[in-house]
Amino acid sequence: MPAVKSLEELKQLRDKAIKRRKAKKVSGRAQIVVGMSTCGIAVGARETMKAILEAIGAEGSGDVVVKQTGCTGLCEWEPIVEVTMGDEPKVTYGKVSPERAREILREHVMRGKVLSEFVISR
Amino acid sequence: MIDGVRDAQGVVSVVQAAVTRHGATAEALVPVLKEINDELGYLPAEALAEVSRLFRMPKGQLMSVASFYHMLSTRPRGRHVIQFCESAPCHVVGGREVWQALQDELNLGPGDTSPDGTWTLVTSSCLGICGVGPVIIVDGDIYGNVVPERVPELLARYA
Amino acid sequence: MKFVRSLVLVSSDPDSLARGAQEVHERLQREIQSAGLQEEVAVVPVGDLGRHGAAPLIVVYPEATIYGPVTPDDVPLLVEEHLRKGRIAVGLRASARELSGRIAWLSARRGTLPAEQRIVLARAGLIDPEDIEDYILHDGYEALGKALTQMTPVDVINAIGKSGLRGRGGAGFPTGMKWRFVSQTDSYPKYVICNADESEPGTFKDRLILEGDPHSIVEAMTIAGYAVGASEGYIYVRGEYVLAQERLDKAIDQARQMGFLGEDIFGSGFNFDIHIHTGAGAYICGEETALIESIEGKRGEPRARPPYPTTHGLWGKPTVVNNVETLANVPPIVRNGASWFRRFGTSNSPGTKVYTILGNVNVTGLVEVPMGITLREVIAIYGKGMKDGATFKLAQTGGSSGSIVPSSLQDTPMDFDSFARAGVSLGSGALLICNEDTCVVDLVKVLLNFFRRESCGKCTPCRVGTERAHQILTSLSEGTAELSDLRDLETLVDGLSQLSHCGLGQTAAVPIRDIFKHFRAEVEAHVRLKICPTGACSMSGR
Repeated sequence: MPAVKSLEELKQLRDKAIKRRKAKKVSGRAQIVVGMSTCGIAVGARETMKAILEAIGAEGSGDVVVKQTGCTGLCEWEPIVEVTMGDEPKVTYGKVSPERAREILREHVMRGKVLSEFVISR
Repeated sequence: MIDGVRDAQGVVSVVQAAVTRHGATAEALVPVLKEINDELGYLPAEALAEVSRLFRMPKGQLMSVASFYHMLSTRPRGRHVIQFCESAPCHVVGGREVWQALQDELNLGPGDTSPDGTWTLVTSSCLGICGVGPVIIVDGDIYGNVVPERVPELLARYA
Repeated sequence: MKFVRSLVLVSSDPDSLARGAQEVHERLQREIQSAGLQEEVAVVPVGDLGRHGAAPLIVVYPEATIYGPVTPDDVPLLVEEHLRKGRIAVGLRASARELSGRIAWLSARRGTLPAEQRIVLARAGLIDPEDIEDYILHDGYEALGKALTQMTPVDVINAIGKSGLRGRGGAGFPTGMKWRFVSQTDSYPKYVICNADESEPGTFKDRLILEGDPHSIVEAMTIAGYAVGASEGYIYVRGEYVLAQERLDKAIDQARQMGFLGEDIFGSGFNFDIHIHTGAGAYICGEETALIESIEGKRGEPRARPPYPTTHGLWGKPTVVNNVETLANVPPIVRNGASWFRRFGTSNSPGTKVYTILGNVNVTGLVEVPMGITLREVIAIYGKGMKDGATFKLAQTGGSSGSIVPSSLQDTPMDFDSFARAGVSLGSGALLICNEDTCVVDLVKVLLNFFRRESCGKCTPCRVGTERAHQILTSLSEGTAELSDLRDLETLVDGLSQLSHCGLGQTAAVPIRDIFKHFRAEVEAHVRLKICPTGACSMSGR
C-alpha cells in the first residue's frame, strides 16, 4: 500500500473503504464477530472461534464473514459473540460455549431466529 | 544435558539466536534474557556465561539483572509451570480455595518443583485478567473463572 | 403494560414549565407521530429531574442520555438522531459533568445501564484490532494528519494543555505541562515512552486498549513525538501481556507500511518510529524511572528524583513518559479540540475515567464514565448491585497502591480532587468491591504480601518494612499478635510512608493506615478478643 501523504489522501482511503464495505453488506452477508482479548481467551474464546469456523466450513456457507475484535469490557459475559445479519441490528450473545456457538449458527445465522435467552441485555 | 534436551552447545545456540534477533546493546539485555528463559525454561549458568561474553558484561552485573525479574529464573523448573494469581481481586472471589486445591492436588508448596520434574508451582502478582478471576496460567495457557473442582481436570490436560 | 423501545422523560416541574417544557412535550409527541414511532417510543412528563440550570430536561432511556436545556426547535433533530437513528444528538446533550447524581439513580431503579461516555475505549470491542483499515474507518490517523499538516508543535501542546488532560496512571499530573517541559529542554535526542507496564492489581484497562485498539497508541505517541521534538518512541509492555505485544507489533508494521510511522509522515518532513520493549515481570517497572532503568538493561530500581525524566530520562535525555490511557485521550483531543474534551468530567478533572469493577458485585467488567461519578452509582448501575444482596463494606480503589474506601465515603464524587480531600486516592481506576464477609486484616495481608514480593529491595524502609508489616498482619490473622504488634504496625506506617524512596513503599502504608482509621475495632478484635469478626481469618495459632 502506498504511504498516505495528506489528510485528503486519508479521506479518500476511508471513503473507498466505506464503499467497499457497503457493497459487502448489500449482498446480504452475515457477520460474526468474536471478542478475542486475553480475558475472553481465558474462558474459551479460542474454542468458540474454532467451533464457529469448523461449523461454517462443514455447512459451506460462504457468505458468512467471521471477524475478531478486542474486549468491550463486559468481562462477566465472556466469551462474547456478535451476530449481524445484513442490515439488521447487531445481536450480542454472552457466555458462548462451542455448543452454544453451533446453536447460534444453526438457529440465528441459518434460520434467522434470534436466541433471545443468550442475548446480553445492556 | 541442561534442560533434559540440550547440551551446552545447544544452549549457546539458543543464546546466539536471541542475540541475533535483539542485538547485544544494553536495551536488548532484558528481552534477550527473557527469550532464553522462554526457550529453555530457565537461565542455566552456561547461557549466562554466553550472554556475559556477547554483551561484554561482568557476570555479577548480569546476575543482578537476571535475579531481579520474576519472569526470569536462575533455577531449573519443571516441564510445566503453573502460575497462580495471588492478588486481591482473585483472592476475594474464591482464589484462596483454588490455591489450596492446587497445592493439595500437586502436593507442592509455593515455588516448589515436583521431584519427577513435571510441575513447578509458583504464585504471581496480578496478571490483569481480573474480570474472569480466579486465574491460573499453565505454560502459556490462561484459565479464568477457575473453581477448585476444575483443578484436577485442568492439570490432567498436561500430564 | 406496553413495552416500548425508548422511554422519553420530560421534566415538568414548575421551573421547567416556566422555561417551555409544555411546548417541548407537545412538539415531541407531534414529531414522534410524524416519524411513525409512536408504537416504539413513549413520552412521559415527569416532575423534577434536578439540575435546574439546564431545564427543561429530556432523559432518554434505556441509555439515560440527558439533553438540556431543550427548546421546541431542538426536538426534530433529537427525534431524527436519537429516536430514529439511535445515536446521541451530540450538540444537544447536557454537559456530562452532571451525569451523576439523582438521574443516574432513576435508571438504577429501572435496572438499565446508562450510556457510558467512551473516549478512550470508543473502538475497543468494535473494530478488528489487527486491521488498520478498521481503525482508519473510525477516524483513525486523522488527528495525526491534522497535527502534522495544520498545527505547529506548540499548537499541539497548547491544545493538550487547554484540554486539562491529567495523567491516568495514578498521579494525575497535567499532560500538557509535561510535554511543555520536554519541548523546552534544549537537549537532543528526545524520547517518548508509553508506560504499558500495567501491573496494578485489579487494573487491566490498558490491556484492553492495547489489545482492542493498538493503533490509537501508535497515533498518540507519534503526535507526542511531533509536539515535543522526539523522533523515537518506546512502548514498555509488561512481559505478561503477550497478546498486547502481538497486536502492537502488527499495528506498528501496518503503520509503517502506510507511512504513519517512518520518514516524512504526512509529507510534513517529520520522522518518527516506535520500538516495543517487553518487561520481564516486575511491578516496580511501572514507576517511570524504574521503567527507564529497565529499558537501559538494568535492574528496575527507581532513580532519585529530581532530576525528572522530562530533563534526564532515557539515556539521560529529555523523555515524555505517559500512561496508555492518557495517550489514548490524545488523538480525540487533537481531532475535536480542547473545549470538546472539557465538556466531560469536572472542571479540575476533565474527561472520562476507565474503571474496572471487580469483587462481590453481580456484574464485573470495565466502564468508561465521566470523572465525578460516585462509588454508589458504579456499584448500583454498572455492577448491577452487590452479589447475593450482600451489604457493601468497602472498596479497594486504584489497585494495591490505592485506598480502602469505607461505605461511609461511597457518595464522594470520584475525581482526583474530591477524593484527595476525602483522604483517599483514585489510583489506577481499579474498584475492588467487597461485601461484609471480607475481613480487613485478611485483605490487607494479601495486599502487603504483594508489596513484600514486589519491593525492589533498593531501600531498607520498604524492603524490611513491607516484610515486617506482612509478618504482623499474618500473626493478626492467626490470632497470635500482641497489642505491642499493633503499635509496631502503626510505627511501620509512618516509616514506610515517610522514609521509602519511591511510591511503592509509600503507598504500601496506605491500606494499613486506612484500616486503622476506618476499621480499628475490627483490627483490634483480632488481638484483644482473638477472634476474626467475619470468620475469614484462620486464627489457627490461638
